Amino acid sequence: MATAAAHRTTTGTQAGQAERTAAYEAAFDTAVAADERIEPRDWMPDSYRASLVRQMAQHAHSEIIGMQPEANWITRAPSLRRKAILMAKVQDEAGHGLYLYSAAETLGTSREELLDKLHSGRQKYSSIFNYPTLTWADVGAIGWLVDGAAITNQVPLCRCSYGPYARAMIRICKEESFHQRQGYELLLTLSRGTPEQHAMAQDAVDRWWWPSLMMFGPPDDESAHSAQSMAWKIKRHSNDELRQRFVDIAVPQAEALGLTLPDPDLRWNEERGQYDFGAIDWDEFRDVLKGNGPCNEQRITQRRQAHEEGAWVRDAASAYAAKHGEAAA
Amino acid sequence: MNRAPVAAALAPAALALGDDALVLSHRLGEWAGHAPVLEEEVALANIALDLLGQARILLSLVGDEDELAYLREERTFRNLQLVEQPNGDFAQTIARQLYFSTYQELLYGQLASGDGAFAPLAAKAVKEVAYHRDHAEHWTLRLGDGTDESHGRMQRGCDALWRFTGEMFQPVEGVDADWQKLEDDWRESVGTVLGRATLTVPDGPRSGAWAAGAGRQGLHTEPFGRMLAEMQHLHRSHPGATW
Repeated sequence: MATAAAHRTTTGTQAGQAERTAAYEAAFDTAVAADERIEPRDWMPDSYRASLVRQMAQHAHSEIIGMQPEANWITRAPSLRRKAILMAKVQDEAGHGLYLYSAAETLGTSREELLDKLHSGRQKYSSIFNYPTLTWADVGAIGWLVDGAAITNQVPLCRCSYGPYARAMIRICKEESFHQRQGYELLLTLSRGTPEQHAMAQDAVDRWWWPSLMMFGPPDDESAHSAQSMAWKIKRHSNDELRQRFVDIAVPQAEALGLTLPDPDLRWNEERGQYDFGAIDWDEFRDVLKGNGPCNEQRITQRRQAHEEGAWVRDAASAYAAKHGEAAA
Repeated sequence: MNRAPVAAALAPAALALGDDALVLSHRLGEWAGHAPVLEEEVALANIALDLLGQARILLSLVGDEDELAYLREERTFRNLQLVEQPNGDFAQTIARQLYFSTYQELLYGQLASGDGAFAPLAAKAVKEVAYHRDHAEHWTLRLGDGTDESHGRMQRGCDALWRFTGEMFQPVEGVDADWQKLEDDWRESVGTVLGRATLTVPDGPRSGAWAAGAGRQGLHTEPFGRMLAEMQHLHRSHPGATW
């Protein structure tokens, strides 16, 4: 228990509220500094709790909304093997959403409350899912680039200071890496296929490259939550650091795929030992975040609709559970 | 599982059972992102995946799974009309699943205990199918004995699909089953579940669909052609391509 020391310090004393809080805070800071995990019953600053709820909810929402662009192709998958892979992937995403809502619930919120915030637009999901999947190759580009960016972001979260989140990320990252390899293999098959398939793969990469780079969030000097999240060890690296790491990994992969990346400024920088890349269109990023991306309206409408049209099913499950003493679905 | 093509005599059976699984899997796949609760996103996808796995094994016994799935036309599909029915609301999906999973569990149970060519496959599949039936049964109970609205919807779902159930008991060439026993067991099992769910066993005709043309003979209902158009479009647009 990270803050057991604080409990011992104050138990049975007449210390005032402020003094107790200061002791708790000191113990919390010590625990975080020592890379201990904060667990649900430990004392934590209100702002740490709120910040985690915000981040974990947004993460869970992204898994759920993220099912849509890929599910869009389940009924049109061009081979039974690909169809099985895609179904399994979308199922995994629903599972990731469930883990993350459960992890968020350890902080005193509920899935219902979080879904309500998603549906009413008070909580966000990753901007990437507001882009449309226009061809089958998009399924591969999402696997390779979007899941690749997600993994780059999420692997450090396996060491996040909040225990339930860190443990959820360990499980999720294993499945995500698998999805990413599948996406890469899908694109490789297309790239080496007919000229039409190769063109389809290139077009998908051209459309998904920049939105994937935006997944790392605003540049460091504009990132509102970054400094505090890093101090709390929720985050381990800055947005720009992770974005650079992703570019450095993706460029040789694109070469191996036989596909190009849509950035004329992309080149190896011998001095830095990293790739230089062109400027991101932050106006587009902000526009999508504001709700004006290509699919914002469609995504949230479908989610709300599924929820509203399913209300009678959930009501039935509760009514049945009440009658028969069964746990509600 | 030995995937070498079976004797020509068994091909019609493998095709019929494989098409059932393929088509129902596709319908369940349409639910992805639309389920009433997240747990059902997982469950419906899980069932769809099991069925797709069965379909791939069965179709591979006959020939190339993708050629069979993507390049046949409506009139040569051998699936039951029941499994091609549109999802409708959640109750209709559950009614379809209850009817079909009960049938599949009983049929595969019989095949698994025999020594026919499908025994090994049936022995594996029956475990998956028992889970599907259990899932459908629990939702039939919750919806039937839940609220007035869910009761009404579940009854309507059961009624609407009843006319497609007679076809399940038409003997399939090459499937060595006791069809009369299958039908009796099915009626008993489904009747018991509907009774516990406070629902009425529909009393409409069960042979109407058969008289109108059976899926097993390649005679399907109108929604099926549109479903195939969507399923096959991309594959057909790139003849000879590898995916």
